[in-house]
Amino acid sequence: MKRKATLIRIFGYLLQHKRQLAFILSLSFLGNLLALAGPRLSGTAINLIAEGMDGSMDLPGVYKYAAFMLLFYVSSSLMSYAVNVSMITLSRRITYTLRKDTFNHLVTLPVSFFDGTTTGDILSRISYDIDTINASLSNDVVQVVSSSVTIVGSLVMMLRLSPRLVLVFAVTIPLALLLASYLTHMVQPMFRARSRAAGELNGYVEEMISGQKTLRAYTQEERVIQDMDVQNKKLVDAYYKTDYYASIMGPATNAINNLALALISVFGAILYLQGAISIGSISAFVLYSRKFTGPIREIAEIYGELQSSLAAAERVFKVIDEPPEPADLENAAPLENAQGDVELSHVSFGYQKDQVILKDFSMKAPKGSLIAIVGPTGAGKTTFINLLMRFYDIDSGSILVDGRNISDITRKSLRLSYSMVLQDTWLFYGTIYENIAYGRPDATREEVIAAAKAARIHTYIESLPQGYDTLLIDDGTNISKGQKQLLTIARALLMQTPMLILDEATSNVDTRTEHQIQAAMRALMADKTCFVVAHRLSTIRNADCILVVRDGNVVERGTHEELMRQKGFYYEMHQAQYR
Amino acid sequence: MKYVIRYVKPHIPTMIFGFTIKFTGTILDLMIPYILSYIIDEVTPRNDIGLVIRWGLMMAVCAALVLVCNVWANRVASAVSRDSIEALRHDLFYKISYLSSSQVDAFTIPSLVTRMTTDTYNLHRTLNMIQRMGVRAPILMLGGVVVTMFIDPWLSAILCFLIPFMILAVARISRKSIPLFGKAQIAADAMIRVVRENATGIRVIKALSRTEYEKDRYETVNSRLNAAEAKASITMAASGPLINLMLNTGLAAVIVVGAWRVSTGAMKPGAIVAFLTYFTIILNSVMAISRLITMSSKAIASAGRVEEVMMTPQDMEIRPWTGRPETAPGASPDAPDMASGKRPPHMEFDHVSFSYNKRAYNLSDLSFSLEHGQSLGIIGPTGAGKSTLAQLLLRLYDIDSGQIRIDGRDISTFPLKELRQKFGVVFQNDVLFKDSLLNNIDMGRKLDMDAIDRAVEVAQAASFIAGSGGYEKPIAVKGVNLSGGQKQRVLIARALAGRPEFLILDDSSSALDYKTDAAFRRSLSQSFSGTTTIIIAQRISSIMHCDKILVLEDGIPQGLGTHEELLKTCDAYREISTIQMGGEDL
Repeated sequence: MKRKATLIRIFGYLLQHKRQLAFILSLSFLGNLLALAGPRLSGTAINLIAEGMDGSMDLPGVYKYAAFMLLFYVSSSLMSYAVNVSMITLSRRITYTLRKDTFNHLVTLPVSFFDGTTTGDILSRISYDIDTINASLSNDVVQVVSSSVTIVGSLVMMLRLSPRLVLVFAVTIPLALLLASYLTHMVQPMFRARSRAAGELNGYVEEMISGQKTLRAYTQEERVIQDMDVQNKKLVDAYYKTDYYASIMGPATNAINNLALALISVFGAILYLQGAISIGSISAFVLYSRKFTGPIREIAEIYGELQSSLAAAERVFKVIDEPPEPADLENAAPLENAQGDVELSHVSFGYQKDQVILKDFSMKAPKGSLIAIVGPTGAGKTTFINLLMRFYDIDSGSILVDGRNISDITRKSLRLSYSMVLQDTWLFYGTIYENIAYGRPDATREEVIAAAKAARIHTYIESLPQGYDTLLIDDGTNISKGQKQLLTIARALLMQTPMLILDEATSNVDTRTEHQIQAAMRALMADKTCFVVAHRLSTIRNADCILVVRDGNVVERGTHEELMRQKGFYYEMHQAQYR
Repeated sequence: MKYVIRYVKPHIPTMIFGFTIKFTGTILDLMIPYILSYIIDEVTPRNDIGLVIRWGLMMAVCAALVLVCNVWANRVASAVSRDSIEALRHDLFYKISYLSSSQVDAFTIPSLVTRMTTDTYNLHRTLNMIQRMGVRAPILMLGGVVVTMFIDPWLSAILCFLIPFMILAVARISRKSIPLFGKAQIAADAMIRVVRENATGIRVIKALSRTEYEKDRYETVNSRLNAAEAKASITMAASGPLINLMLNTGLAAVIVVGAWRVSTGAMKPGAIVAFLTYFTIILNSVMAISRLITMSSKAIASAGRVEEVMMTPQDMEIRPWTGRPETAPGASPDAPDMASGKRPPHMEFDHVSFSYNKRAYNLSDLSFSLEHGQSLGIIGPTGAGKSTLAQLLLRLYDIDSGQIRIDGRDISTFPLKELRQKFGVVFQNDVLFKDSLLNNIDMGRKLDMDAIDRAVEVAQAASFIAGSGGYEKPIAVKGVNLSGGQKQRVLIARALAGRPEFLILDDSSSALDYKTDAAFRRSLSQSFSGTTTIIIAQRISSIMHCDKILVLEDGIPQGLGTHEELLKTCDAYREISTIQMGGEDL
């Protein structure tokens, strides 16, 4: 049973706080017991009143029991508040730990996990799913305890008041059980169907509103509205169906209560006439009977909640159980003062085991050389970045830096030997300064400014009201695409590494800035070993080696002149540009 | 709120019907404990078991009627909420579908999606809840008080004294906790932002080995969220025990006062028994009202957000077409004269200026014209206004001054549908929908297969479509199951398939390799020579063969002419050309 294992695991989180849990459970137990005493006390008081109808009432006795009632109820309320507060604290602590565990594990996962999982999916696990678990923890644990105490306790009390009157429940309990099973078996699946319908509508609405410009350009508003009507109808019908059946729940619980009350009234009155029960006991019995049937509905609800929170927990644990990036080899040593001699020797690699992309590929990139990678989109140019940075591990062969196999080097030192500028600019919520200094938190302000100057973004930054302390919101939506690109270039410039990786980095920068950047880049590239995924002929032309990639394979290699002479695929691509 | 209530109005007769049933049920419900006290105080002294059983049956009948009434009323309520929300959601989506693009920009897409989904769900749940509990709970509470007054006004006074305090407590606590929940939401957004940044930037984070730093960053937002949520929940947690405490204090008071009343002979003990039951009923109804208040406060916020969209005035007026061009502000006075018999240009921009935020111009004073079948290439840096120009043509936005004319007629005089059907367009980062490949090309236009086949051929998409499952291939949301180049070719086929008068391609061949791009351009000029074409590109090779090339920078035209002319006259163009073509001086 997978569900069972998940349940045990959640309990594991609960058990991390054994003492607090024990405190909560015993307090809740006690509080409910105290509350159970209430009707008994009021019953005794009523008996005293009933007996005193002839004028000889034991008023001090009545006051005493009333005072007891007050005392018991006050302490029970205080306890239930204390239980609520400490349960919230406990479940929040667990939620916090769960979120922390998930996130801390998430960042150790290999890049392949993020390539294969949508961001939305990750977000929904760490927020929505964990929230679901939290809601269920903070309500259900306490509820189960208090419901069971209430059920058992009121039954015991009623048995003590009048065992014969308890027979009334021989009629109502089966009815209640029937109701509970109806709720779990009939209505729960409808709730699930409703969530599904809502999910479909969400997806549809999101897709259509996001694509609104296209829909308008093709005047598809009417068709989309019609399709939306279908989805809408499906959803409101699902709502209606659940409501239709679930609407029985409240009234039926109420009816069972009322039926019990009627039976108790009749049999109670008969017993009273026979002198087998007092008025106070009937009163107490009535109050207990209300408590007794109350939790039935709650338990059915808890069952449903538990199901959905278990499903949520499964999704969360799936992330936590993903295998992390394998640890560095035991004898792995950091790469120090790297020179930048890179060599690929008989490398084979495929993203899937049955789909080999690189076959027995060898290449040398001596210190300071420029390797350009060109080819149509989707041909597998980024594979080289993935392998050089060890985002993915090769299947066979070896990659050497300064003659050392990179699997013998710690990942951290290897990666820090490269500066990297990717096609998709990545900026985070923070100041411009923090974004530039991200790779080198130890950099001085002067160094950061120097990098910004070299990236030709300093003047722009200075023109902003807050300068380097300008906050970048929502992935930098408050600055232009080109400026975002320049910031990531500045970030790379600050790194001062022996090796550089550029992925079409200049394609988003406007022509003039691009012109200037290329000059700055060449200065930066001069003493670095560079791997450039390029579209620009100017970059390619002075490359020491051009790798032409097509359908995942390196089909040609050589300098620009050599490749032009070959009159192969590169030549065709080059010529196509002028046609 | 008013606007949303409009959707409930047509159902008011049904609702009144439902409320009547509910009211009957609730009153019957209140009768049951009364009968109990009657049995104890009036029937038992007569020592008649038959009478006891008869009254007991009476209670059972009441209970059954209550059940029937409540279930019936609940179902009526569900139907009312279903119908009102269906209509509301339809109208909301309708409204959103016809908002102008600048209005969509102002709302933002995620916010519109939330209004369509979360907000309408909130309204649905609350409408249902209000119909069910909104009648029952107050009646139970007030009815309970009234019935207790009949039993004994003195005991009832205790209740009347307590109720305002309970309502006050509920109100105070809700008022305090609702803003706290708002703060918790902000903290949750911050937490999600960090996760999102990590998911999208994992390569950079790993490359720079900042995993530990990211863990710290997450730690901060996570503990902040934790504290905020705990604070809100703990504040809210006080309300249950507090109401319980107040009512139970009332119970003790009932016993004390009851004892005094019985001792004076003004009341019988059975009344106290009934009273205690009414107290429990009232307790539950106060709890229900407090839940209702929390829920309604959310729903009111949702209703406000929905209303905001619904109340947005239509901002794209279709101006009357008189057959003669009227001179728009900023347009040249010598606008084409239809009477002269000279055929006006197919498309004409006449001193057009436009700004998104109405502060700085994104396009300023742009004029050019295209004859039938001519092609225009637009080139310039990001943010130069290239895509803006395409969107103005389709009237996704209204221009601020000047005039755009098609066949001499101001585009603001065309009905939107008629105008847009003249165009085949591929936007920058255009979208594919979750549907079959064929439907993505056809886009609900019911085009004939020949046209689609030909469009696919020209778009260079035929071979990959045949190789990957044909026209019926299912496309995932946003076309994530296609490569960038495949996506662009499908989009181009979509634009061509309707045999439009105008073709607009905005950066739509950037993911194609040079060879495919060239083959597409060749095929396009052969098969669609009569189509007036606008190509927007970053790559000079994509536009250098156009009849006219427009160079844009910061919304200001830098040059207009053929490739050769611009090389001679336009500095900006020469610079782009030098960089991209790899001039020897580099």
